[in-house]
Amino acid sequence: MMAPDLAAPSPLVRRGGVRSLASALHRHARLRLALLLAAPMAWLVLAYLGSLAVLLLSAFWTIDDFTYNVVQVWNTANFTTVFTEPVYRAIALRTLGIAAAVTVIDALVAFPMAFYMARIARPRTRKLLVVAVLTPLWASYLVKAYAWRVIFSQGGVLDWAGKPFGVSSPGYGTAAVIVVLAYLWLPYMILPIHAGLENLPANLLDASADLGASAGRTFRSVVLPLTLPSVFAGSVFTFSLSLGDYIAVRIVGGKTQVLGTAIADNVTLNLPLAAALSCVPVLMIVGYLLAVRRSGALDSL
Amino acid sequence: MTFSRRTRIALRAAMAAGLAVIYLPLLLVLLNSFNRDRSFAWPPTGLTTEWWSRAWESEGARSALLTSLQAGAGATAVALVLGTMTAFAVQRYRFFGRQAVSFLVVLPIALPGIVTGIALNAAFRTVLGPAGIGFGLLTVIVGHATFCIVVVFNNVIARLRRLSPSAEEASADLGAHTFQTFRYVTFPAVRSALLAGGLLAFALSFDEIVVTTFTAGPGVQTLPVWIYANLARPNQAPVVNVVAALLVLLSVVPVYLAQRLSAPALPGTDRRAGGGR
Repeated sequence: MMAPDLAAPSPLVRRGGVRSLASALHRHARLRLALLLAAPMAWLVLAYLGSLAVLLLSAFWTIDDFTYNVVQVWNTANFTTVFTEPVYRAIALRTLGIAAAVTVIDALVAFPMAFYMARIARPRTRKLLVVAVLTPLWASYLVKAYAWRVIFSQGGVLDWAGKPFGVSSPGYGTAAVIVVLAYLWLPYMILPIHAGLENLPANLLDASADLGASAGRTFRSVVLPLTLPSVFAGSVFTFSLSLGDYIAVRIVGGKTQVLGTAIADNVTLNLPLAAALSCVPVLMIVGYLLAVRRSGALDSL
Repeated sequence: MTFSRRTRIALRAAMAAGLAVIYLPLLLVLLNSFNRDRSFAWPPTGLTTEWWSRAWESEGARSALLTSLQAGAGATAVALVLGTMTAFAVQRYRFFGRQAVSFLVVLPIALPGIVTGIALNAAFRTVLGPAGIGFGLLTVIVGHATFCIVVVFNNVIARLRRLSPSAEEASADLGAHTFQTFRYVTFPAVRSALLAGGLLAFALSFDEIVVTTFTAGPGVQTLPVWIYANLARPNQAPVVNVVAALLVLLSVVPVYLAQRLSAPALPGTDRRAGGGR
C-alpha cells in the first residue's frame, strides 16, 4: 500500500469545513452510527418492512366482485378461505410433500458426494471438486430449469435414453418438479455437508477405529451424529427454496399447482387472497427454522 | 478412518454420477443451440450455427440484455452503498437492536422471492400509484437492491472482522482526519471485499426473475423475464436456446473472478438462496 503524503496540503485539509466535520464525527460515535444506519434502515424498514406490512394488511381486505378492485374493508374471510377450502389445503400439502421429497433426495445424493470431496479425494482434487460443484450456482436458474424442460419433453433426451429399456419420460408434472428442484438446490445441500465433514476432527475417527469399530460402525456412531446439523443446515435451503418456488413449477410442472403458482395466479385479480396465501409458506419456513434450531443447524449457517 | 476398496470405488462412482447429473443438462443446452432441428428432437439430425446469428440479430434479446445490465448496475450500486454502511455500523458499534439489523438485512433473501415480489408490488401499487409514479426500471432496481444488500453486507462484515483497528488508530495518531483515514487506510483494506460483494450482487440481480416479474413496468424486460416470456413460443425456441447457452458460457466469468478475488467471494458462503427465490 502506498503511504499517502499527509503533510502535503491535500484538498481535504485545506478546506476547514471538511476537517471540522471530520473531527465532529470523530468525537461523536453516536452521530457516526446514526449517519451510517440512517440510509440503510430507511431503505429496509420503509421499502421492505413497509411493503411486507402493506401485504399483511391487504390480506385482511377484500375485493369488489364486479370490478376486482381492492376494497379496504377489514375482514378475515381470506384466511378462512385459505385454511378451510379443500383446494388450498391440497395445494399446501402438495407443496409440503414436494419440498420434503426434494430435501430427502438432495440429502441422499449430496452426502456421498460431500463425503468423497471432504475425506477421500486427494487434496488437489478436493479444491477442484468444490469449484466444480459451485460453478453451476452461477449458471442462470432459468436456464437450468429450461434445460430440464427440454430433457423431459416429448421425444426429448429422456424418451430417447429410456427407449431401449421401454421407459418413457414422465412428462411435465409433479415428478418433473421434484427432479428439477432437487437439481437446482443440490449445491446448497452439498456445501454445508462438505463443510461439516471437513471440520470433523480426525482423532475422533482414529479413536473409533482404535476401539475396534469397523468403518461402517464409525460412520453410524461418529460421523453421522456429528454431521447431522450440517445436513439440517442444508435442508433449510432446499426446503424453503422449494416451498417458495413457482417459476420452475411453471416450466416443468405442467398443470401442477403449488403455493407459489397459487399466489402468482391471484396477484392481479385478487391481491388480498394472494396475500393471505403467501402467509402459508412463510409460516411453514418459520416453523421449519424453529424445528431445526434445536439441532444446532442454524449456528453453522 | 480407513475405507475398504469397495467403499472408495462406490463413493467415487457416486461423485462422478453426481457431477454428470449436474453438468449434462448444461451441456445439453450448449449442444442444442447448434441443433438443426427446430423442436430439438433428440438425437440432433444435424448441426448449424444459424441460430447464433439469428439470436445476434434478435432485437428483443438485445434490449433485454441491456435492461438486465442497467438493473444489475443500479441494484449493485445501491447495495454496495447501503450494505457497506450497515456492515460498518453492525461491526464497529454496539447498540440496541444490532441483532435486529442483521436479521433485517437477511430477511429479503430468506423469505420466498414471490413473497418479497408481491409485497413490493402491493406497496408500489398502494403508495406510488396515487403519487403518479408507475412501475418501470426504477421499481426493478429498488426490488433487486433490497435483496442484494445482504451479499455486500456479508462480504464487508467478514473482512471487517479480520481487520485489526491498529492501522486506523495509527492513521489517526499521525494526524489524519476521519475521511482521510477512511480513504487511505480503511477503503483499500475492504476494496476486494467490495468487489466480491458487488460481483455477487450483480450476479444475483442478473439472474433474478420472480421479484422482477412483480416490480417491472410494462415494456421493461430483463433477460430472464424475456427468456421466460419466450419459452412458450415455439418459433422463438432456437433463439431462446442460444441465449440460454450464452448464459451458461458466461457463468464461468464470475467463477474465475471470484477465484481471483479470494475464497469468501464464492457462492454458498455468502450467497444464500440464489436469486432470492
